[in-house]
Amino acid sequence: MAKIIDETSRPTAKERFQQTVDSVQGSQAWASIFRPGSIFRKGYTDSPRNRSYVVMNSVLYHLHPVKVKRHAVKVSYTLCLGGLSFFLFILLTVTGIFLMFFYRPEATAAWDDISNLQTSVTFGLLVRNMHRWGAHLMVLAVFLHMSRVFYHGAYKPPREFNWVIGVILLTLTLLLSFTGYLLPWDQLALWAVAVGTNMMGYTPVFGQEVRFVLLGGAEIGSETLLRWYVLHVLFFPFIIVIFMAIHFWRVRKDGGISGPL
Amino acid sequence: MTEIPEHLLKRAQAAREKAAESSAEPAGETAAPAAEADSRIPAHLLERSKAARTKAAGGDDDAGGGVAVADKVAAAVATPAAGGGVPVGAGPGGHTQRLLTVVKSGSIQEVKAQPVDKVHTWPHLLAAEFVASLACLVFTFLFSIWVNAPLLQLANNNQTPNPSKAPWYFLGLQELLTMFHPMVAGVTIPGVGIIMLIFAPYIDKNPSNKPEDRKFATSLMTVHLMFWAVLVMIGSFFRGPGFNFTLPWRDGLFFEL
Repeated sequence: MAKIIDETSRPTAKERFQQTVDSVQGSQAWASIFRPGSIFRKGYTDSPRNRSYVVMNSVLYHLHPVKVKRHAVKVSYTLCLGGLSFFLFILLTVTGIFLMFFYRPEATAAWDDISNLQTSVTFGLLVRNMHRWGAHLMVLAVFLHMSRVFYHGAYKPPREFNWVIGVILLTLTLLLSFTGYLLPWDQLALWAVAVGTNMMGYTPVFGQEVRFVLLGGAEIGSETLLRWYVLHVLFFPFIIVIFMAIHFWRVRKDGGISGPL
Repeated sequence: MTEIPEHLLKRAQAAREKAAESSAEPAGETAAPAAEADSRIPAHLLERSKAARTKAAGGDDDAGGGVAVADKVAAAVATPAAGGGVPVGAGPGGHTQRLLTVVKSGSIQEVKAQPVDKVHTWPHLLAAEFVASLACLVFTFLFSIWVNAPLLQLANNNQTPNPSKAPWYFLGLQELLTMFHPMVAGVTIPGVGIIMLIFAPYIDKNPSNKPEDRKFATSLMTVHLMFWAVLVMIGSFFRGPGFNFTLPWRDGLFFEL
């Protein structure tokens, strides 16, 4: 007589969950997202092979090799300054995009927008503070990074050109900070920029012309605000990202981190 | 006409002689040579082992003894082949390959890269980077909670604040303005500074990166950095109304970030 009752036990919740995970990880969509060898395909257990795969099969491979010199991991050598400069740039991009939602670059509206941002927008004051302090911190971090590189002689062959790019990046950082300084359109912004741009006007031959183009007139006004806004949120970030890409690429191509001393 | 190298000519000559010999010899004259021809062991090695065995059997044996040994060897080689089991020329363990020589890597290749002590980027470097960026984020976050960014009154072109100061990183330049003509202070000095900075790796030809070997470069850079740091400090904290010298603990701070 045939058995009516199926004796195989019903799958437990854990087994069903495992089945779901397996079917998702086996699907074509999942396989198309994660490269062969990615730890998201088979899961991660600690082994030298998987340690390599974490970097090799992810976008991190653009920034880091699979292995680095042992002394490169010593935090006291680099103090993480280059990486922190990059991190601050990302932080400034994120907070800056948030601020753009609430800001109009017009002389009649800019100050009110900032004021409203601080008083009526949720987290508006906090995000603005983070953008401002992060910007000062980034100038400091880039400057300290440059000093660290110099004192370690890390600009010596084959890294000469990457040092040149680094100095350009320092200049771009200062320009980004300076163009952002005008945007709140308060007395501090206006007169700090006035002092800075007056100095620029003394450049021989083309100083006055450059000043005129940058200010959009003889004096700082509504046109200046619009120009510096575009420079601050589009032009300089675009340029600096290109130079950063070259900078990071050269770090790897020139043999990774310098040293040890 | 190109000259054919001597060793090639010799080799060709030897090959020609060998071909003439083998064609002159009638095939299958005796069992032993046939077995020898079948064997995969090169002829000269067979010759050598023949000679060695002759020597071992008794130094002054006649040629007949030598031939007998050679026949034995040939038979020993030929028999398994006829049996069919083990391939011709198989060694004691049934191996068909032999170790001819060991070539040390250093003798044919030059090793240029010295092994470097390396660690995996994950987790060693990535963990450190993660902690560093998290600490940086926490610091910025907490500082932003406690300290607000300044927002003064609406910009007014007709009301100049006293003092008017540039952003802190340009205060060194503004400080120079009190001493030099604006073109020197605002263009020449910073221009020369930044050009020297850009060309530093091309000016500094010293290949060493050891601090004790680069005292001059280190001192020069320290003087340069201190020059700007001191100017920025003075411009930030020691300049009051009219950009005149002031003491922050006496007159208070005239500084906004």
